[in-house]
Amino acid sequence: MKKQEMEQNRTASRDQAVYVDLQSPFNPEDHSADIGESDTLLDKLAQLVRQNKLAVFSALVILAIIILAVFAPVFSPYDPAAQSLRERLAAPSAEHWLGTDKLGRDILSRIIYGARVSLVIGLLPTFISMFIGTILGLFAGYYGGKTDFVIMRLADIMLAFPSLLLAMVVMYTLGGGIVNIFIALSLVNWASTARVVRAQTLSLKEAEYVEAARSMGVRKTTIIFRHILPNCLPSLIVFFTLNIPSAILSESSLSFLGVGAQPPSASWGLAVTEGKRYLFSEPWVPLAPSVAIMILVMAFNFLGDGLRDVLDPYLKEQ
Amino acid sequence: MLKKIIKRILISIPVLIGVVLVIFIMLRIVPGNPIVTMLGEHVNQQTIDKLTVEMGLDQPAYVQFFKYVWNALHGDFGTSYRMNRSVTQMIMDAFPYTVKLSILAALISWTIGVVAGVVAAIRQNRILDRLFMGTALLGVSMPIFMAALLLQYVFAYKLQLFPISGYEGFSALILPAIALGWNSAGSIARMTRSNLVEVMQDDFIRTARAKGRTEAGVIVFHALKNALLPVVTMMAIQISSMLSGAVLTESVFGIPGIGRLAVNAIENRDMPLLQGTVLFTTVLIIIGNLVADILYSVLDPRIREVK
Repeated sequence: MKKQEMEQNRTASRDQAVYVDLQSPFNPEDHSADIGESDTLLDKLAQLVRQNKLAVFSALVILAIIILAVFAPVFSPYDPAAQSLRERLAAPSAEHWLGTDKLGRDILSRIIYGARVSLVIGLLPTFISMFIGTILGLFAGYYGGKTDFVIMRLADIMLAFPSLLLAMVVMYTLGGGIVNIFIALSLVNWASTARVVRAQTLSLKEAEYVEAARSMGVRKTTIIFRHILPNCLPSLIVFFTLNIPSAILSESSLSFLGVGAQPPSASWGLAVTEGKRYLFSEPWVPLAPSVAIMILVMAFNFLGDGLRDVLDPYLKEQ
Repeated sequence: MLKKIIKRILISIPVLIGVVLVIFIMLRIVPGNPIVTMLGEHVNQQTIDKLTVEMGLDQPAYVQFFKYVWNALHGDFGTSYRMNRSVTQMIMDAFPYTVKLSILAALISWTIGVVAGVVAAIRQNRILDRLFMGTALLGVSMPIFMAALLLQYVFAYKLQLFPISGYEGFSALILPAIALGWNSAGSIARMTRSNLVEVMQDDFIRTARAKGRTEAGVIVFHALKNALLPVVTMMAIQISSMLSGAVLTESVFGIPGIGRLAVNAIENRDMPLLQGTVLFTTVLIIIGNLVADILYSVLDPRIREVK
């Protein structure tokens, strides 16, 4: 039902755009119909809540996981580091809901604490790399010429690497550990943001209000940060939400390969790799943390999809 | 047309040089003496000096760089620290496994992705659509290693249809290829669906219907042709993520491909081997993207005309 509504809305706005064009054929600069300037961010979020229950549910799941992670000591039934060799590899039971691992540590408690790793890695390096990418994209798009050329060729180079392999190289240089994953992911993923922001800046800088600001003698940096950046924000929010899951997956993949988080970290990826030897005898040991990764990643994907539909239908093409 | 292709090839040359440079610099700012890393702490100074000269590590960085590039152009990626074997030889031994795995995974993901996407678009908002798109999102969200472990548990261990680990012939590649392809199948299905839904609203579809074409004919001969164009680019990008993902599946299923080589290189702190594998893979991807770009402009006359 909701998807149908969304589909209808999309068609409606399309028709509207055509209609506006027909009405004002001599004003091709009029983007009010397709940008939807009359809607504030809050209106759009309200629209999301009305239309996409799945996205709302995902937001609640993410919120719940954040609360669990922040108040991990309150919620986790056991100390995540407490070993009990008598109870090693115990099956799920009333005492240990998800069983115990090879050292007899409670898996549920370790998953709750591991959420901290995934959330921090998902949110912070993504923010940092997008921050770098946004600045570079703005400058490349606005200044053009040599600045643009240098920045975008750098971006091309970064995008040519398979991201996991590049992150592995950085981890080789820096050594394992969560802090180093943090640095690796912050450095590796800026290029795609730079591309998106540059493309938007290129079209925004031709807008009339930017031209007006320019002719009034507003400084370039002011134009970039006060007039162009705010209009990139909706796309950036969507992009941010959709980049978080890939950062989470990168961390867990690096840790799974043994080049990321190191024992005794509670990282989910590390828990999977530590447990994969017991896949056939005690499958819950590697699978429980895998499912945790999947739930968190899926929640961010659903939320990102929903946000994209209301905030930035144009990003859909990419 | 030819001009454009040549131009596109020329553009990728600086990217290639940049890629080599980035890898080269990153692997050389590793703290510590590479010889000590290789042989362990208790090695005497004499050996260190001798090996440093032998491996050219005493020369300025730029000399090392040009030497490396020159040798790489001649197919020589240096010698592995640990194995004392030619890196090129090791890559060539491992490469066929990764190629077979990736091709199989690509075939699986493209077929499943396009078919599921088309069915979902035709049955828009009905049960099949929901089911396929839900599965697609599951595929996108599931870590590759989890898909690999699940497949291994169900089909290799419980049902014993496939070997659990190692490479003993083609059947050993099926599970890893599914694990690798599922993820991409998800994104291809989503993209195919949204493109097809959009194209189906275009005027020329209405014309085709008005001409009396059957619905299947409209979809296959008119809509799909247009809807799949962007998907071609997507497929090329998927090759890159597959070569990344191969690292994970190869490690779960114990397939001696390039991915395993890279992981081993990191574990053994084998710099030339890591450098060689990463460079080799990245160059492959750049060539893959190049081919996709050219293919895209061959397929889409609008792009051919514009530039």
